[in-house]
Amino acid sequence: MDVEAPNLDLFLKATGAGQRRATLEVPVVAHPEACNGCGACGRLCAFKGVLAFGDFPVAFPELCHGCGGCFEVCRRGVLVRGERELGVIRWGEALPAPGADDGLATLEGRLRVGETMSPPLIRQVRGLADEMLRTRGGDMIVDAPPGTSCPAMTAVRGVDAVLLVAEPTPFGRHDLDLAVKAFRPSGVPLGVVINRAHFGDRLIHDYAREAGLPILAEIPFRRDIAQACAGGVSLDAMGVDMRQKIEGLARTVRAPDAWRHAA
Amino acid sequence: MALVAVSARGSTPDDGVDPRFGRAAGFVVYDTATSGWSFLPNTVSRDLPQGAGLAAAEMLARAGIGVVLTGSVGPKAALALGAAKIAFRENTFRGTIRQAVAEYLATRKLGEALA
Repeated sequence: MDVEAPNLDLFLKATGAGQRRATLEVPVVAHPEACNGCGACGRLCAFKGVLAFGDFPVAFPELCHGCGGCFEVCRRGVLVRGERELGVIRWGEALPAPGADDGLATLEGRLRVGETMSPPLIRQVRGLADEMLRTRGGDMIVDAPPGTSCPAMTAVRGVDAVLLVAEPTPFGRHDLDLAVKAFRPSGVPLGVVINRAHFGDRLIHDYAREAGLPILAEIPFRRDIAQACAGGVSLDAMGVDMRQKIEGLARTVRAPDAWRHAA
Repeated sequence: MALVAVSARGSTPDDGVDPRFGRAAGFVVYDTATSGWSFLPNTVSRDLPQGAGLAAAEMLARAGIGVVLTGSVGPKAALALGAAKIAFRENTFRGTIRQAVAEYLATRKLGEALA
């Protein structure tokens, strides 16, 4: 779902099975002569996607969020449905992880270069992912975009648990605090994974204790991990200790009730 | 044309010109019919992540502005001002509002004399 920085290929080496264009329905002023200047479309739009003054509306499709409201309020057929290209959605199959029988179904959105709005594409990718989950079963891991604004909130809507990955720096602690404040109101269990954990640095541990959050795993700050990561090796393929760590994390995450109030 | 609006850093004719159109603090307005000054605060558009110029154009249209003087107008705001039949003059970057309006009125008078 990190459509602004899609990187599934780097680690999962997924073979592409297909892709399709993702578009958003936006208004086009097709029949300005039919406009009676009522201004309803312009008053409705919260994002200035349609402005109405004077004799006919002016559409700014790049600002449209795709709600479709302007089509509903215009009774005179001034606006017709056009398309804005959001990017592409690709799906495929990744090689089985070491020790696993099945491959991994992958789904990824890639935002068009120049597109400024990512939530509409994320919403479409999530819709497809939820559909896959219903038909195929199993678990879904959502790679959410960083931050706590609309892209991240759109990506994690309706999930069963959220893993917050943080680094033990003042910056990491600050962003973790923002993330906790953003995701906690949804009521889903939150757990922390410390990335680049260095020995002796208790910043995140202290924060997690105060906030009542469990720390579910720590990825050590080690040269071999950094090297393997730069080479596109996924954590579970880096060696026995990391595989055990990731498998342990997977087991924990599958039973969120056990750690929901653990801390 | 009776109302000339200038994107402004403050609310009086002696405040400085703000070269930004959509993100200006507001517009100081000169009425050529009465020689009076007024102020339109730009409260809505300054807080928009996108479309600030469009919101400013909307506000000016509602206020019945005929001409706007500012530093530069973005492509979307230019379209909106055109639809609202508001003329705009760019490259007003420095000086006070009063100076900008005086300069505009002088060049307009010159233009009329030459026409």
